[in-house]
Amino acid sequence: MARAVTNNRKIINTAAAWAVGLLIFFPILWTILTSFKTEATAIADPPVFLAFDWTLENYTAVMERSNYAKFLWNSIIIAGGSTILGIIIAVPAAWSMAFVPSKRTKDILLWMLSTKMLPAVGVLYPIYLICIQLGILDSRVALVIILMLMNLPIIVWMLYTYFKEIPGEILEAARMDGASLKEEILYVLTPMAIPGIASTLLLNFILAWNEAFWTLNLTAANAAPLTAFIASYSSPEGLFFAKLSAASTMAIAPILILGWFSQKQLVSGLTFGAVK
Amino acid sequence: MATQHSRSAARIMMAPAVILLLGWMLVPLIMTLLFSFKKYLPMRGGDLGWVGFENYVRFVSSSAFWPSVSATLIVVGGVLAITIFFGVLLAILLNQPMWGQGVVRILVIAPFFVMPTVSALVWKNMFMDPTNGLFAHLWRFFGADPVSWLSEASLPSIVLIVSWQWLPFATLILLTAIQSLDSEQLEAAEMDGAPPLKRFAYITLPHLSRAITIVLLIQTIFLLAIFAEIFVTTGGAFGTRTLTYLIFQRVLESQNVGLGSAGGVYAIILANIVAIFLMRIVGKNLDA
Amino acid sequence: MSFTKTLYAATAMALVTAGGAFAENLVIATVNNGDMIRMQGLTQDFTDKTGHTVEWVTLEENVLRQRVTTDIAAKGGSFDIMTIGMYEAPIWAANEWLVPLDDLSAEYDADDILPAMKGGLSYEGTMYAAPFYGESSMIMYRTDLMEKAGMEMPEAPTWTFIREAAAAMTDRDNDINGICLRGKAGWGEGGAFITAMSNSFGARWFDEEWNAQFDTQPWKDTLEFYVGMMNESGPTGYATNGFNENLNLFQQGKCGMWIDATVAASFVTNPNDSEVADSVGFALAPDNGLGKRSNWLWAWALAIPAGTQKEAAAKEFIEWSTSKSYIELVAENEGWANVPPGARTSLYENPNYKEVPFAQMTLDSILSADPNNPTVDPVPYVGIQFAAIPEFAGIATEVSQEFSAVYAGQQSIDEALEKAQALTNDAMEAAGYR
Repeated sequence: MARAVTNNRKIINTAAAWAVGLLIFFPILWTILTSFKTEATAIADPPVFLAFDWTLENYTAVMERSNYAKFLWNSIIIAGGSTILGIIIAVPAAWSMAFVPSKRTKDILLWMLSTKMLPAVGVLYPIYLICIQLGILDSRVALVIILMLMNLPIIVWMLYTYFKEIPGEILEAARMDGASLKEEILYVLTPMAIPGIASTLLLNFILAWNEAFWTLNLTAANAAPLTAFIASYSSPEGLFFAKLSAASTMAIAPILILGWFSQKQLVSGLTFGAVK
Repeated sequence: MATQHSRSAARIMMAPAVILLLGWMLVPLIMTLLFSFKKYLPMRGGDLGWVGFENYVRFVSSSAFWPSVSATLIVVGGVLAITIFFGVLLAILLNQPMWGQGVVRILVIAPFFVMPTVSALVWKNMFMDPTNGLFAHLWRFFGADPVSWLSEASLPSIVLIVSWQWLPFATLILLTAIQSLDSEQLEAAEMDGAPPLKRFAYITLPHLSRAITIVLLIQTIFLLAIFAEIFVTTGGAFGTRTLTYLIFQRVLESQNVGLGSAGGVYAIILANIVAIFLMRIVGKNLDA
Repeated sequence: MSFTKTLYAATAMALVTAGGAFAENLVIATVNNGDMIRMQGLTQDFTDKTGHTVEWVTLEENVLRQRVTTDIAAKGGSFDIMTIGMYEAPIWAANEWLVPLDDLSAEYDADDILPAMKGGLSYEGTMYAAPFYGESSMIMYRTDLMEKAGMEMPEAPTWTFIREAAAAMTDRDNDINGICLRGKAGWGEGGAFITAMSNSFGARWFDEEWNAQFDTQPWKDTLEFYVGMMNESGPTGYATNGFNENLNLFQQGKCGMWIDATVAASFVTNPNDSEVADSVGFALAPDNGLGKRSNWLWAWALAIPAGTQKEAAAKEFIEWSTSKSYIELVAENEGWANVPPGARTSLYENPNYKEVPFAQMTLDSILSADPNNPTVDPVPYVGIQFAAIPEFAGIATEVSQEFSAVYAGQQSIDEALEKAQALTNDAMEAAGYR
C-alpha cells in the first residue's frame, strides 16, 4: 500500500518535472529544429514541429559563408585560457583567505566582488586605447587577460568557499610531517578540492564563453570568437530564421555538450558557500 | 594557529590576485573619473579640456535619467523575484525521486549555456515576432490578435528573456542547498503531522536562506550589467533603457565619452548602494 | 574560363615581379547585407587578379557601426577597409580619418559614379569612400490590389493620394494592410523614414542657428498624418517594423504599398522569395506639393582608414569591388537583377539592365534626391534622412525611440515632440553648437 503511494507520487513528480523541464528547454529545442527547416517552413503558419523535410542547407550555407572552425577555436582558447589563468592566480589567494584569515579577509572578498560592478561600456575607449598601446588589439591574449580579470572575483570566491570546507587539521598534519607550503597546496589541498575546482572551472568557462561585450568590441579578424560569428546572422534582408537557428545551434552546441557531460559536477558543485 | 611565517606567506600568495584586481579596478575607474570631468568627444578631436561637473549635471538632468534608473531596478528586481521564486519550486521538484532525473536536470539548466546574444535573438525573432513568431501563431490559433511583445509589453518581455537565462543558475544553487537538507528532520516533522506548507516554511526555507542570499548577490552583479538582451531586442526603446544602456548610448551612439563617463560614475554609485545593501545580508551569512 | 583564370594568374605574377608589390592580406569590415555576402562569395576573383587575399569581418549593421566607429576614433587600425554609409563619410573625412580616393586609375572611371552618390561621399570636393551600392526610396505597390481598388497609381503621387489608396486597399479580413512603413526605433530605421517624410511636409531638424525644430507645426503635421494613416491602413505592431519586417510582410502579400529603399525592388520581384513577384509596380516617393519629395539618399561605401600600411592593396580592392567589371561579374553569375545598383551611370545605360523593371524608377528616385538642399526651408546641414554631424546618430536614435513610443500608443504626439525638442537641444548644447 505504502509502496503504491510512493510510486504514485513518483509518477506525478516525474510528469511534473518533465513537463517543466521540456517547457524550459523548448526555446533551445525549437531553435535546433528550425535549423533543419527551409526558410519558408521556418515561418509556416501553423508551425510544423517534426513533420517537415529535414534539410542541411542552412548549415551548408553558414559553413560556406563563415570560417566556423576559426571562431570556435578562438572561443575555446579565450574561454579556456582565461579560466585556467584565473584559477592559477586564484588558488593561492583563496588558500590564504581560507586558512590564514585576518580581520580584513571578508572585506577583501567583498571588495573583489564589487570590482565587477563597473559598467564595461564606460571604459571601452580607455581599454581600447590601452590595447592599442600594448599592441594586443584583436588578439586572443587581450581577451584572455580581460575575461580572466572579469571572472577572477567569482573564481576566488568559489575556491575560497570550497577550501573553507576542508578541515584545517589535515593541512596542519601535513605541515607537521614537514610538507612545505608549496607541497601542502599542491599535494594535499588541491587533490581534496578537485571537485570544487572542477565546478569553478566549468562555471567560469561558461561565463567566458558567453561574454559578448569585450569579445565583440576588441576583436576583428584574428581573435573573433563565436559571439562575433553570431553577430553576422541577424540578417537585415529577407527570411533568416532558419539560418539564424543554424548559426545559433553551432554557437551553443559545444557548450551544451560540455554541460551535458558535466551536469553532475555542476549540480553538486555550485554552492558558493551556501551549504555548510 | 597561524604562524607568523604562514601569515607573510599568505600575503604573498594573495598578492597577485589583489594587485591584478586593484589594477583592473583602479585603471578604468581613474580613467572614468578623469573623463567624466572632461569634454571628451572622439568625433570632434577627442579631449577638449576640463568642464568641471558639467557632465554630471547634464547626465542627471536629462529626461532619460530617472526612467533609466527605474527601468534598471524593475529589470533587476523582476528577474530576481522570478528566478528565486521559481528556482525554489524547481529545486524542490527536482529533488524529489523520479525517473530520468539526470535528463530533466540538463533540460532545466540548458538555458544557462546559451549566449545572451543568441537567446535574445531567438526570443525576439522566433517567439515574440508579431507576425512570424510562435506566440503570434499561438495567439491566432486561439482567435486572438497577436501581441507585439517588445513594444506593448517591453519590460516584461525583457524580464522574461533574462529570467529564462538565469533561472537555471538560481535552481542549481538552490538545488545543491536543498540536497544538503537533513531528510530526517523533514521526516520527523512529517511524522508529527506538520502539513507540507508548514514544513516548507519552517524547515526548508530557513535552510535555503543562505543560498537565496548568494543567488541574490551574484545575480544582481550580473543583472546590473545586462546589455546584449536590450541591444538585440528593443535597442532601448519603449522604456527599456536601463542605466547601463543609457551609458552605452552616450558613449557609443552619441560619441560623448565625458558624458558617458559621468553616467558610469553614477552607475558605480548605484551599484554600490545595491551592493552595500546586499552585502549587509550576505556578509552576515559569510561567517555564519 | 580556365584560360582567363590562367591569364589572371599570369598577370598577377607579372604584377608581383614587375611592380615589386607584395601580396597583402586585407581585413575588411562589412555589413551582412545580401550584396556584401555575394561579394564575399566572389572574392576569389579579386585574389586571382591581384594576388592579395581578403579576410572578412561581417557584422550586423548596428554592431558594425559601433565597431568601426570605435576603431577609427581610437585609431585602432583593426581594418584595412571599412564599409560605411553616406552619414559617416563626410564626418570622418573632415577629421582626416580617411584616405582620399582621388587617384584611382583611369580604367576605374570615377566620373561614371552617379553625381548624387559621389557628392554624398565627398568632403570639400574630394571623394573619400567609393559607393558599392546606392539607393533612394520609392513606392512599391501591388498592381493587382490597386486595380481591385479601382485606382491608378500616378508616377509621382501625393501623400493625400497614398492615404486614400491605402485605405481602399486595406482588407483586414484577408490580412492585407494598405500600407507598410517603418516604425522601428533607430536613426537608420524608422528615424530615417520619418525624417525623409517630414521633409515633404516642410519640416526640418534644425534651423540655421542649430535650434531644434520639433516644436514647429510641420513636424506635428507629419506625425499626425503618419500615425493617422498607419492606424487606418497599417499592420498591427508597426512600431517595431523595420526594413526587414516590412520586406517579409510585402513578400508574403500582406502589404498593398510599401515605401522603402529602392534596393528592396530586387527582393520583392524575385520569384524565389516573393509570393507577389509578378504584380509589383513602382512610383516616386510621395510629396505634398511643397517642392520636396519624401525620398532619401543612401550609399554603402568602402573607405580606407588613414594610417593603414596596406593603402595600395586596399585601393586595388576598392577599384575591383566598385568597378564596372565587378557589376558584369555579378551579372554573369547571378543575373542582372542582382547586381549592386545605384552607383554608376553606365549601369543605367546598359541595355541589359534597362530591361530590369525597377531600373528606371530607381534612377529617377536617386536623381530627385538632393542632400545639399533637403528641406523646404534652409538648413545648416547636409543629408536628407540625416544631418551629417557627429551628434546626429545619437540624437536621432533617441528621438526615434520617442516616436516609436507614439506608434505603440504609449504617449501622445505632443509629448513625444516636446521630449524630442528638449533632448535635441540638450545634446546640441552639450556638443557646443548652441
